[in-house]
Amino acid sequence: MRFLGAIAAALLVVGAVGAAEIPQADRRSGYSFMKPDTKTMQDDDTANPGMLWVLNGETLWNRKAGAADKACADCHGNARASMKGVAARYPAFDKATGRPIDLEQRINSCRTNHQQATPLPFESRELLALTAFVARQSQGAPIETGADPQLAPFVAKGRDLYMQRQGQLNLGCTNCHDDNWDKRLAGAAITQGHPTGYPLYRLEWQSLGSLQRRLRACITGIRAQAYDYGAPELVELELYLMSRARGMAMEAPGVRP
Amino acid sequence: MRNPGSRPLRRKSLARRTYRMLDPILAGVLLVLPGCAAATELRSYAVIDDAIPQSLTGMAGDATRGRALVVERSSTCILCHNGPFPEQKFQGDLAPDLSGSGSRWSEGQLRLRLVDASRLNAETIMPSYYRVDGLTRVGTLWRGKPILSAEQIEDIVAYLASLRE
Ligand code: HEC
Ligand code: HEC
Repeated sequence: MRFLGAIAAALLVVGAVGAAEIPQADRRSGYSFMKPDTKTMQDDDTANPGMLWVLNGETLWNRKAGAADKACADCHGNARASMKGVAARYPAFDKATGRPIDLEQRINSCRTNHQQATPLPFESRELLALTAFVARQSQGAPIETGADPQLAPFVAKGRDLYMQRQGQLNLGCTNCHDDNWDKRLAGAAITQGHPTGYPLYRLEWQSLGSLQRRLRACITGIRAQAYDYGAPELVELELYLMSRARGMAMEAPGVRP
Repeated sequence: MRNPGSRPLRRKSLARRTYRMLDPILAGVLLVLPGCAAATELRSYAVIDDAIPQSLTGMAGDATRGRALVVERSSTCILCHNGPFPEQKFQGDLAPDLSGSGSRWSEGQLRLRLVDASRLNAETIMPSYYRVDGLTRVGTLWRGKPILSAEQIEDIVAYLASLRE
């Protein structure tokens, strides 16, 4: 809260031109922009295609892997207890690298360091499944990302990227997601860009996908150079978006058009 | 004002200079310019008041081709705009309805709005369709190229000018 207050104050000083951030009370999940049948698909576990990844992830959670021959469960036990609320705090500060890492990167660092297994490629079925399974344990929990003061400079970098105009269309994220979220871009409702549901099943993808995949799609949409998966800039954007959504409820696995 | 390829930076008011989006844009100018040798040569044009009175190609555009372009997704127009295109189910509503554009604006005014709307309103979200400078992190597919060619701009200008009400 104090953090958001500081941003609001900084904006007032910078001047009245351009975007204002969305007031707390007006924040809305992408869910609220969807048609009733898509909402039902997300709400009903038996209809939500993302649950296939969650179930798959549960199997992987309990399967031994790597030279250490250990399963996630061997260290973390029952995920329903140990992983509750964890995804709602990511990206988080990683002491080893001195940088924020997202949930996918955390899972991969456990794989390399504790399981002595090869890291899973971004967007691979296994990594999405494990991420979905862990994120699911935070469903309904309020987002808390960004509370750690060590993250502050990285949140600020993410915010700069979010504000910056880029690409051949010369647009910033803020131009759509702060200034025009009540409008439509051709057929699509422009949401406020809150990352409440990731990883999520997108009907257009016919698949589950990560937040990084979504961000790369918006970046390519404005005809800018998409950052590579795992690039620090993407993690900083994720971090800014999650801290911007602080207090909103986690929905993973979400469904979006 | 000639030579759009090296658009001089205009004097900014104090409010403009402190505008938080300006810094990255200026940084972008410095980064982008050295690459410009390989860039598509833009034709020069003269801005008089709020218009570019002369055709970019020296010829009149084709309104039929212009309409086809406007409704095509790749031109990006109807991502934001709507207009008299009953056959198009998905149109945007971020920007004014294009119906009657030809009654509100002269051809020259429409041409400048397409070429570089940011000259009229520095904060506009409407992209500059015939400009390669002052952009940041343009994807390799699009780098150094304007969004539309001079011929395409003229076709769209001819079409918009025909929209009367
Ligand atoms: C020209 C408009 C535009 C710009 C600029 C833009 N986006 Fe988006 N964004 C959209 C639209 C439209 C959607 C919804 C897509 C859909 O569901 O079909 C979206 C979806 C999203 C979502 C998913 C929200 C959800 O509920 O799942 C996130 C997160 C997001 N954008 C972040 C960003 C970021 C970060 C940037 C800048 C790097 C950006 N966007 C730039 C139009 C834009
Ligand atoms: C990302 C959004 C966006 C896109 C894409 C876009 N425009 Fe615009 N356009 C605007 C906005 C917003 C305005 C209102 C004036 C301003 O902000 O400069 C505008 C204004 C105009 C006007 C003046 C309208 C009036 O009557 O006042 C015309 C004509 C126009 N646009 C044509 C086009 C055409 C043709 C294309 C495609 C080649 C296009 N625009 C693409 C956002 C957009």
